[in-house]
Amino acid sequence: MLITTSLLADAGEVHFSWNPIANLQELFAFHFMQNAFLAGTMIAIVAGAMGYFMVLRGQSFAGHTLANVGFAGASGAALLGGSPVVGMLLFGIAAVFGIDWLSGRTQRAKIPGGQDVAIGTTQTFALGLGLLFVQLGTSYAAGIYALLFGAVLGISDRDIAVIALTAGTTLTGLMAIARPLLFASIDADVAAARGVPVRLLNRLFLILLAFAVAEAVQVVGVLLIFALLVTPAAIAEQVTARPIAAVGLSMGLAIGFTWAGLAVAYFIPYPVGFFITSFAFATYVAVRLRRIRWQPSV
Amino acid sequence: MFISLTVSSSVLLDIPPFSLNLIQNVQNMLSVDFMQSAFLAGTVLAIVAGLVGYFVVLRHLVFAVEALSHVTFTGALLAAVVGQQPIVGLFGVTALVALAMGLLGNRSARSRDVEVGTVLAWVLGLGVLFLSMYTTTSSGAKGSLGVNILFGSILGLQPQQVQWITIVGTLAIAAILAIARPLLFASVDSDVAAVRGIPVRGLNILFLVLVAISVAAAVPAVGVLLNSALIVTPAAIAQRLVSRPFMALLLSAVIALLFTWVGLTIGFYAPVPISFLMSAIAFLSYVLVATFSRKN
Repeated sequence: MLITTSLLADAGEVHFSWNPIANLQELFAFHFMQNAFLAGTMIAIVAGAMGYFMVLRGQSFAGHTLANVGFAGASGAALLGGSPVVGMLLFGIAAVFGIDWLSGRTQRAKIPGGQDVAIGTTQTFALGLGLLFVQLGTSYAAGIYALLFGAVLGISDRDIAVIALTAGTTLTGLMAIARPLLFASIDADVAAARGVPVRLLNRLFLILLAFAVAEAVQVVGVLLIFALLVTPAAIAEQVTARPIAAVGLSMGLAIGFTWAGLAVAYFIPYPVGFFITSFAFATYVAVRLRRIRWQPSV
Repeated sequence: MFISLTVSSSVLLDIPPFSLNLIQNVQNMLSVDFMQSAFLAGTVLAIVAGLVGYFVVLRHLVFAVEALSHVTFTGALLAAVVGQQPIVGLFGVTALVALAMGLLGNRSARSRDVEVGTVLAWVLGLGVLFLSMYTTTSSGAKGSLGVNILFGSILGLQPQQVQWITIVGTLAIAAILAIARPLLFASVDSDVAAVRGIPVRGLNILFLVLVAISVAAAVPAVGVLLNSALIVTPAAIAQRLVSRPFMALLLSAVIALLFTWVGLTIGFYAPVPISFLMSAIAFLSYVLVATFSRKN
């Protein structure tokens, strides 16, 4: 991702002008930029929606871990010559069951912070495995960087199809469980008393999270999908308490940050991920400082 | 600055094959320079991680530690971009962030989860920026610096780094043992501890800075991503096995030490990354303990 933009800049092909329409025309003149915007938008929509529930449930650590587990899955698939998305999904689902089982054992033992420990231990193991796979493979540093930080400007038409498919699956799944999941997220005890299968929902949600991550990794990378999941949702949560408004705002913000990041990175030769995370973080800080709260209209 | 990870130890020099005489094996292993360094640094780091980790798990700071260890990635790359020794950036930036986290104080678990996550996301973005600045400005085969920071290279430690790790690590061990008793009190029940005149807030901040130091010291050896194999897992196992706090604290350090030594020994004979071995041993031990521990 770094290379492509800076090469363009070196070749003098990037012409920033003060005419915004000319800039936009240039931005979309290249096929790879069109693909980047298309993929970025789909990923942002899924991440914004999933992120809302992740933040609401206090599962940022789990989301971060599933992203890191994706690293092991993708590098394992690369080693065996399989599809990275499939590798990430398999590893992600395995990690969800592993975490679920381990934290279940720990909770029964009444040990504080059982889920965090289960998540941390699983994550470390997955990353260690990822390192092993990468080392057994051939392309060393370049492979690691591509997986960790993504390659937003190298998206093929086939990638777009895969992303569209996984994004569609994830969103459909989320919509199917959204209502009980919201209930279980806000008050797990009451939801369980009303017969909502809280633990099953937790598992399903984490698997969907693994899907969202797997779809996004090629574009924004393992480390930065997390930024799209957590920050827009954290901002939305500060601004409004109404769930549907918050999900919408979270998706809108995720799309906005992605577009702004892509556009700026086209003209300034620094990584897209840096711009996306910086815009998101600056907005979060601004919202926190002003403490805006829209009171829900009755 | 680091020997590339891709060079496994057994390629570096002629190592006598593994024999059934175990004492002979240990002698062989410890006669090699880089193994001496690795064992010295690994031992100090494991004790620090085991001790700090006990309190990290007790205080529900696992995710915060994860974030701190990613901060070290950004810090080390920033230092590399500016042209400083990575280790300066490591300690400086990490300690600053830890201080900020300490000043933010105690929040509810969920809002802390979100705050840590948001900061972590941006820190990662900054790391990507510094990585791209570093790889585009510096020529030559420096591309592996980032990978070494992420995954560590305990066999490629330089004498100066070993010195740093030993000194800083020993100081950290002394500091933790010195504040262990009041810190334990404050971790278990901070309200009662405050009433009894224990400076809870000061202890919190001091502890976070100690965590930052131990995380930063461990980065050259075990790397950013695998830090918690030594911090989280040994402490979690110790907590399951014994209930008395000081026993658990000591056991946590011993388990961390075992993981490190076993990992180093296997890694000396098998061409597999040591970081992977340590994390795999930690994970498998935790699964075993979770399955068979009587506390279930």
